[in-house]
Amino acid sequence: MAVMKKKGNKGLPPISTASLPDVIFMILFFFMVSTTMREQELRVRYTLPEATEVQKLEKKSLANYIHVGPPTRALQAQFGTAPVIQLNDSYSTTKDILDFIAAAREQLSEQDRPAMTTVLKADKDIKMGMITDIKQELRRANALKISYAAAKSLGYY
Amino acid sequence: MAGNKRQIQEINAGSMADIAFLLLIFFLVATTMNVDTGIQRMLPPMPPENQKMEDIKVKERNLLLVLVSGNGNIMIGTADNQQICDLRQVKDKVKEFILNPMDAENLPEKVEQEIELANGSKWVYLESQGVVSLQTTRDTGYQPYIMVQNELTRAFNEVRDEVAIKKFGDKFENLTEDNRKAVAKAVPQKISEAEPKTIKK
Repeated sequence: MAVMKKKGNKGLPPISTASLPDVIFMILFFFMVSTTMREQELRVRYTLPEATEVQKLEKKSLANYIHVGPPTRALQAQFGTAPVIQLNDSYSTTKDILDFIAAAREQLSEQDRPAMTTVLKADKDIKMGMITDIKQELRRANALKISYAAAKSLGYY
Repeated sequence: MAGNKRQIQEINAGSMADIAFLLLIFFLVATTMNVDTGIQRMLPPMPPENQKMEDIKVKERNLLLVLVSGNGNIMIGTADNQQICDLRQVKDKVKEFILNPMDAENLPEKVEQEIELANGSKWVYLESQGVVSLQTTRDTGYQPYIMVQNELTRAFNEVRDEVAIKKFGDKFENLTEDNRKAVAKAVPQKISEAEPKTIKK
Protein backbone atom coordinates (compact mmCIF):
# COMPACT_ATOMS: atom_id res chain seq x y z
CA MET A 1 0.00 0.00 0.00
CA ALA A 2 2.77 2.33 0.92
CA VAL A 3 4.37 1.87 -2.44
CA MET A 4 1.09 2.50 -4.11
CA LYS A 5 0.66 5.74 -2.25
CA LYS A 6 3.97 7.00 -3.50
CA LYS A 7 2.98 6.21 -6.99
CA GLY A 8 -0.16 8.14 -6.45
CA ASN A 9 1.94 11.27 -6.98
CA LYS A 10 0.12 13.54 -4.62
CA GLY A 11 2.98 16.01 -4.56
CA LEU A 12 5.15 16.92 -1.67
CA PRO A 13 3.45 18.10 1.44
CA PRO A 14 3.61 21.89 1.65
CA ILE A 15 6.80 22.96 3.31
CA SER A 16 6.42 24.88 6.46
CA THR A 17 7.27 28.49 5.95
CA ALA A 18 7.52 29.09 9.64
CA SER A 19 11.21 29.88 9.39
CA LEU A 20 10.75 32.47 6.72
CA PRO A 21 10.17 35.28 9.21
CA ASP A 22 13.43 34.37 10.88
CA VAL A 23 15.26 34.74 7.62
CA ILE A 24 13.66 38.06 6.95
CA PHE A 25 14.54 39.18 10.44
CA MET A 26 18.09 38.18 9.90
CA ILE A 27 18.32 40.27 6.77
CA LEU A 28 16.66 43.08 8.58
CA PHE A 29 19.13 42.89 11.44
CA PHE A 30 21.97 42.77 9.00
CA PHE A 31 20.89 45.97 7.36
CA MET A 32 20.19 47.55 10.69
CA VAL A 33 23.71 46.83 11.84
CA SER A 34 25.51 47.67 8.65
CA THR A 35 23.86 50.94 7.79
CA THR A 36 25.60 53.85 9.30
CA MET A 37 23.45 56.84 9.80
CA ARG A 38 25.12 59.94 8.57
CA GLU A 39 25.28 62.00 11.67
CA GLN A 40 25.95 65.26 10.03
CA GLU A 41 25.27 66.72 6.69
CA LEU A 42 28.40 67.41 4.74
CA ARG A 43 28.73 70.98 3.70
CA VAL A 44 32.19 70.66 2.24
CA ARG A 45 33.39 68.30 -0.43
CA TYR A 46 36.68 66.56 -0.32
CA THR A 47 38.66 63.82 -1.96
CA LEU A 48 40.77 62.17 0.66
CA PRO A 49 44.47 61.75 -0.04
CA GLU A 50 45.69 58.23 -0.56
CA ALA A 51 48.11 56.28 1.57
CA THR A 52 49.18 52.69 1.99
CA GLU A 53 49.97 52.56 5.69
CA VAL A 54 46.54 53.47 6.95
CA GLN A 55 45.15 52.18 10.19
CA LYS A 56 41.54 51.61 11.02
CA LEU A 57 39.91 53.90 13.45
CA GLU A 58 39.43 51.91 16.61
CA LYS A 59 36.37 53.44 18.15
CA LYS A 60 34.03 55.60 16.20
CA SER A 61 32.30 56.84 19.30
CA LEU A 62 35.53 58.47 20.44
CA ALA A 63 36.15 60.27 17.18
CA ASN A 64 35.54 63.90 16.41
CA TYR A 65 35.48 64.93 12.83
CA ILE A 66 36.90 68.04 11.29
CA HIS A 67 36.08 68.40 7.64
CA VAL A 68 38.12 70.69 5.47
CA GLY A 69 37.46 71.47 1.86
CA PRO A 70 35.68 73.80 -0.51
CA PRO A 71 31.91 74.22 0.04
CA THR A 72 29.63 71.79 -1.77
CA ARG A 73 28.43 72.80 -5.21
CA ALA A 74 24.99 73.74 -3.98
CA LEU A 75 26.48 76.12 -1.44
CA GLN A 76 29.16 77.47 -3.70
CA ALA A 77 27.16 80.42 -4.91
CA GLN A 78 26.69 81.55 -1.35
CA PHE A 79 30.03 80.77 0.20
CA GLY A 80 32.49 80.74 -2.66
CA THR A 81 35.07 78.11 -3.44
CA ALA A 82 37.77 78.88 -0.92
CA PRO A 83 38.37 75.96 1.46
CA VAL A 84 36.51 76.13 4.74
CA ILE A 85 36.38 74.14 7.95
CA GLN A 86 33.24 72.35 8.98
CA LEU A 87 32.63 71.49 12.60
CA ASN A 88 29.37 69.78 13.48
CA ASP A 89 26.89 71.20 11.01
CA SER A 90 28.23 74.59 10.22
CA TYR A 91 31.18 76.38 8.76
CA SER A 92 33.62 77.47 11.37
CA THR A 93 36.96 79.10 11.81
CA THR A 94 39.99 77.73 13.59
CA LYS A 95 38.98 79.70 16.66
CA ASP A 96 35.92 77.48 17.15
CA ILE A 97 38.01 74.34 17.43
CA LEU A 98 38.78 74.95 21.10
CA ASP A 99 35.09 75.03 21.98
CA PHE A 100 34.32 72.14 19.70
CA ILE A 101 36.91 69.93 21.35
CA ALA A 102 35.89 71.05 24.82
CA ALA A 103 32.27 70.18 24.10
CA ALA A 104 33.21 66.80 22.67
CA ARG A 105 35.42 66.02 25.64
CA GLU A 106 32.64 66.95 28.01
CA GLN A 107 30.42 64.27 26.50
CA LEU A 108 32.88 61.47 27.08
CA SER A 109 33.36 59.63 30.31
CA GLU A 110 36.49 60.25 32.34
CA GLN A 111 38.35 57.14 31.27
CA ASP A 112 37.54 57.59 27.59
CA ARG A 113 38.94 61.08 27.33
CA PRO A 114 42.59 60.22 26.71
CA ALA A 115 41.57 57.95 23.83
CA MET A 116 39.63 60.67 22.09
CA THR A 117 40.77 60.97 18.49
CA THR A 118 40.33 63.85 16.13
CA VAL A 119 39.85 62.74 12.58
CA LEU A 120 40.97 65.29 10.08
CA LYS A 121 39.13 64.80 6.84
CA ALA A 122 40.72 67.19 4.45
CA ASP A 123 40.73 67.53 0.72
CA LYS A 124 43.99 66.53 -0.87
CA ASP A 125 44.43 69.91 -2.51
CA ILE A 126 44.31 71.85 0.73
CA LYS A 127 47.45 73.78 1.57
CA MET A 128 49.36 72.81 4.66
CA GLY A 129 48.97 76.30 6.12
CA MET A 130 45.37 75.57 6.96
CA ILE A 131 46.17 72.12 8.29
CA THR A 132 48.95 73.54 10.41
CA ASP A 133 46.60 76.11 11.89
CA ILE A 134 44.15 73.36 12.79
CA LYS A 135 46.92 71.28 14.29
CA GLN A 136 48.17 74.17 16.37
CA GLU A 137 44.64 74.77 17.59
CA LEU A 138 44.26 71.09 18.47
CA ARG A 139 47.48 71.20 20.42
CA ARG A 140 46.16 74.20 22.27
CA ALA A 141 42.96 72.28 23.00
CA ASN A 142 45.12 69.37 24.17
CA ALA A 143 43.50 66.97 21.73
CA LEU A 144 46.73 65.31 20.70
CA LYS A 145 45.56 62.12 19.13
CA ILE A 146 44.99 62.82 15.50
CA SER A 147 44.22 60.74 12.49
CA TYR A 148 44.79 62.10 9.02
CA ALA A 149 41.98 60.45 7.12
CA ALA A 150 43.29 58.81 3.99
CA ALA A 151 41.95 56.28 1.58
CA LYS A 152 43.71 52.97 1.33
CA SER A 153 45.68 52.66 -1.86
CA LEU A 154 48.07 50.12 -3.20
CA GLY A 155 50.98 52.46 -3.67
CA TYR A 156 52.14 55.61 -5.34
CA TYR A 157 54.46 54.35 -7.96
CA MET B 1 -3.54 8.18 -13.83
CA ALA B 2 -1.66 9.97 -16.56
CA GLY B 3 -4.82 11.31 -18.05
CA ASN B 4 -5.87 13.00 -14.81
CA LYS B 5 -5.84 16.69 -15.07
CA ARG B 6 -4.07 17.88 -11.98
CA GLN B 7 -3.69 21.33 -10.68
CA ILE B 8 -0.32 22.96 -11.12
CA GLN B 9 1.89 21.94 -8.28
CA GLU B 10 2.69 24.43 -5.61
CA ILE B 11 6.18 25.76 -6.03
CA ASN B 12 8.55 24.30 -3.54
CA ALA B 13 9.47 27.09 -1.17
CA GLY B 14 11.82 25.00 0.86
CA SER B 15 14.89 26.38 -0.83
CA MET B 16 13.77 29.92 -0.21
CA ALA B 17 15.69 30.07 3.01
CA ASP B 18 18.83 28.92 1.26
CA ILE B 19 18.44 31.62 -1.35
CA ALA B 20 17.92 34.17 1.36
CA PHE B 21 21.02 32.95 3.13
CA LEU B 22 23.02 33.11 -0.04
CA LEU B 23 21.92 36.68 -0.55
CA LEU B 24 22.70 37.43 3.03
CA ILE B 25 26.19 36.02 2.73
CA PHE B 26 26.73 37.86 -0.52
CA PHE B 27 25.87 41.14 1.09
CA LEU B 28 27.94 40.35 4.12
CA VAL B 29 30.95 39.85 1.93
CA ALA B 30 30.29 42.61 -0.54
CA THR B 31 29.36 45.52 1.68
CA THR B 32 32.13 47.70 2.87
CA MET B 33 31.04 49.33 6.04
CA ASN B 34 32.74 52.59 5.41
CA VAL B 35 35.52 52.29 7.89
CA ASP B 36 37.47 55.38 8.58
CA THR B 37 41.07 54.78 7.82
CA GLY B 38 43.87 57.19 8.33
CA ILE B 39 47.42 57.78 9.38
CA GLN B 40 47.51 58.13 13.12
CA ARG B 41 49.83 60.49 14.90
CA MET B 42 50.33 62.07 18.27
CA LEU B 43 50.78 65.79 18.28
CA PRO B 44 53.30 67.22 20.70
CA PRO B 45 51.69 69.00 23.64
CA MET B 46 51.66 72.76 23.53
CA PRO B 47 54.44 74.30 25.58
CA PRO B 48 53.19 76.52 28.40
CA GLU B 49 52.84 80.08 27.21
CA ASN B 50 54.93 81.73 29.88
CA GLN B 51 57.79 79.40 29.16
CA LYS B 52 60.48 80.44 26.80
CA MET B 53 60.39 78.66 23.52
CA GLU B 54 63.32 76.38 23.76
CA ASP B 55 63.89 73.73 21.24
CA ILE B 56 64.35 70.38 22.78
CA LYS B 57 68.02 69.72 22.44
CA VAL B 58 68.64 66.81 20.21
CA LYS B 59 72.10 65.94 19.04
CA GLU B 60 72.59 66.72 15.42
CA ARG B 61 73.34 63.17 14.47
CA ASN B 62 70.06 62.05 16.04
CA LEU B 63 67.86 64.30 14.00
CA LEU B 64 66.73 63.58 10.48
CA LEU B 65 65.17 66.57 8.87
CA VAL B 66 62.58 66.02 6.20
CA LEU B 67 61.44 69.15 4.48
CA VAL B 68 58.61 69.27 1.98
CA SER B 69 58.54 72.41 -0.08
CA GLY B 70 55.63 74.19 -1.68
CA ASN B 71 56.06 72.50 -5.01
CA GLY B 72 56.44 69.07 -3.51
CA ASN B 73 60.21 68.74 -3.49
CA ILE B 74 61.64 66.78 -0.64
CA MET B 75 64.87 67.51 1.17
CA ILE B 76 66.13 64.93 3.57
CA GLY B 77 69.19 64.50 5.73
CA THR B 78 70.86 65.25 9.02
CA ALA B 79 71.63 68.85 9.84
CA ASP B 80 74.41 69.70 7.40
CA ASN B 81 73.94 66.88 5.02
CA GLN B 82 70.65 67.53 3.33
CA GLN B 83 69.90 66.50 -0.18
CA ILE B 84 66.97 66.81 -2.48
CA CYS B 85 65.54 63.40 -3.05
CA ASP B 86 62.71 61.57 -4.67
CA LEU B 87 59.73 60.24 -2.72
CA ARG B 88 60.85 56.71 -3.54
CA GLN B 89 64.12 57.17 -1.71
CA VAL B 90 62.56 58.56 1.45
CA LYS B 91 61.69 55.18 2.93
CA ASP B 92 65.16 53.72 2.51
CA LYS B 93 66.86 56.82 3.83
CA VAL B 94 64.67 56.82 6.91
CA LYS B 95 65.26 53.12 7.43
CA GLU B 96 68.99 53.59 7.17
CA PHE B 97 68.70 56.44 9.62
CA ILE B 98 66.76 54.41 12.19
CA LEU B 99 68.78 51.25 11.90
CA ASN B 100 72.24 52.73 11.40
CA PRO B 101 73.50 49.30 10.38
CA MET B 102 77.16 50.30 10.12
CA ASP B 103 77.18 52.30 13.35
CA ALA B 104 78.23 55.31 11.36
CA GLU B 105 79.39 58.43 13.13
CA ASN B 106 76.88 60.71 11.51
CA LEU B 107 73.85 58.51 12.10
CA PRO B 108 71.94 58.16 15.37
CA GLU B 109 73.52 56.63 18.40
CA LYS B 110 71.98 53.63 20.04
CA VAL B 111 71.27 53.06 23.67
CA GLU B 112 70.82 49.70 25.27
CA GLN B 113 67.37 49.20 26.56
CA GLU B 114 65.96 46.35 28.56
CA ILE B 115 62.51 45.31 27.57
CA GLU B 116 60.54 42.89 29.67
CA LEU B 117 58.87 40.20 27.67
CA ALA B 118 55.61 38.46 28.43
CA ASN B 119 57.35 35.26 29.44
CA GLY B 120 59.34 37.09 32.11
CA SER B 121 62.65 37.15 30.30
CA LYS B 122 64.45 40.33 29.43
CA TRP B 123 65.35 41.42 25.96
CA VAL B 124 68.20 43.83 25.50
CA TYR B 125 67.79 45.90 22.41
CA LEU B 126 69.92 48.73 21.08
CA GLU B 127 67.31 51.38 20.70
CA SER B 128 68.01 54.06 18.17
CA GLN B 129 67.86 57.60 19.50
CA GLY B 130 66.93 59.01 16.13
CA VAL B 131 64.06 61.40 15.66
CA VAL B 132 62.54 62.17 12.31
CA SER B 133 61.40 65.74 12.03
CA LEU B 134 58.92 66.54 9.33
CA GLN B 135 58.59 70.13 8.29
CA THR B 136 56.47 71.79 5.68
CA THR B 137 55.90 75.28 4.43
CA ARG B 138 52.49 76.87 4.48
CA ASP B 139 51.92 76.33 0.80
CA THR B 140 52.82 72.66 0.72
CA GLY B 141 49.92 70.62 -0.54
CA TYR B 142 48.16 68.16 1.74
CA GLN B 143 48.62 65.23 -0.64
CA PRO B 144 52.45 65.47 -0.77
CA TYR B 145 52.46 65.85 2.99
CA ILE B 146 50.40 62.71 3.47
CA MET B 147 52.58 60.88 0.97
CA VAL B 148 55.70 61.71 2.95
CA GLN B 149 53.96 60.84 6.22
CA ASN B 150 53.02 57.57 4.63
CA GLU B 151 56.60 56.85 3.59
CA LEU B 152 57.81 57.60 7.12
CA THR B 153 55.24 55.24 8.58
CA ARG B 154 56.22 52.63 6.05
CA ALA B 155 59.87 52.91 7.03
CA PHE B 156 59.04 52.43 10.70
CA ASN B 157 56.69 49.56 9.94
CA GLU B 158 59.35 47.79 7.90
CA VAL B 159 61.92 48.20 10.64
CA ARG B 160 59.43 46.82 13.11
CA ASP B 161 58.80 43.88 10.82
CA GLU B 162 62.51 43.18 10.55
CA VAL B 163 63.03 43.37 14.29
CA ALA B 164 59.97 41.22 14.89
CA ILE B 165 61.19 38.55 12.47
CA LYS B 166 64.63 38.55 14.03
CA LYS B 167 63.34 38.30 17.57
CA PHE B 168 60.07 36.42 17.35
CA GLY B 169 60.24 34.85 13.94
CA ASP B 170 57.12 36.45 12.56
CA LYS B 171 55.93 39.71 11.10
CA PHE B 172 54.90 42.50 13.42
CA GLU B 173 51.21 42.24 12.65
CA ASN B 174 51.15 38.50 13.34
CA LEU B 175 52.66 38.78 16.80
CA THR B 176 50.75 38.46 20.02
CA GLU B 177 49.64 41.63 21.73
CA ASP B 178 52.47 41.51 24.29
CA ASN B 179 55.20 40.87 21.77
CA ARG B 180 53.87 43.61 19.58
CA LYS B 181 54.10 46.01 22.49
CA ALA B 182 57.68 44.93 23.10
CA VAL B 183 58.66 45.53 19.48
CA ALA B 184 56.87 48.86 19.44
CA LYS B 185 58.88 49.79 22.51
CA ALA B 186 62.10 48.76 20.85
CA VAL B 187 61.30 50.72 17.70
CA PRO B 188 59.26 53.70 18.80
CA GLN B 189 57.68 55.76 16.07
CA LYS B 190 59.56 58.96 16.69
CA ILE B 191 58.20 61.35 14.15
CA SER B 192 58.17 64.89 15.33
CA GLU B 193 55.93 67.46 13.76
CA ALA B 194 57.66 70.52 14.94
CA GLU B 195 56.44 74.05 14.80
CA PRO B 196 55.62 75.08 11.28
CA LYS B 197 58.34 76.80 9.37
CA THR B 198 57.51 80.29 8.40
CA ILE B 199 59.10 80.81 5.09
CA LYS B 200 57.89 83.88 3.35
CA LYS B 201 58.52 84.50 -0.25
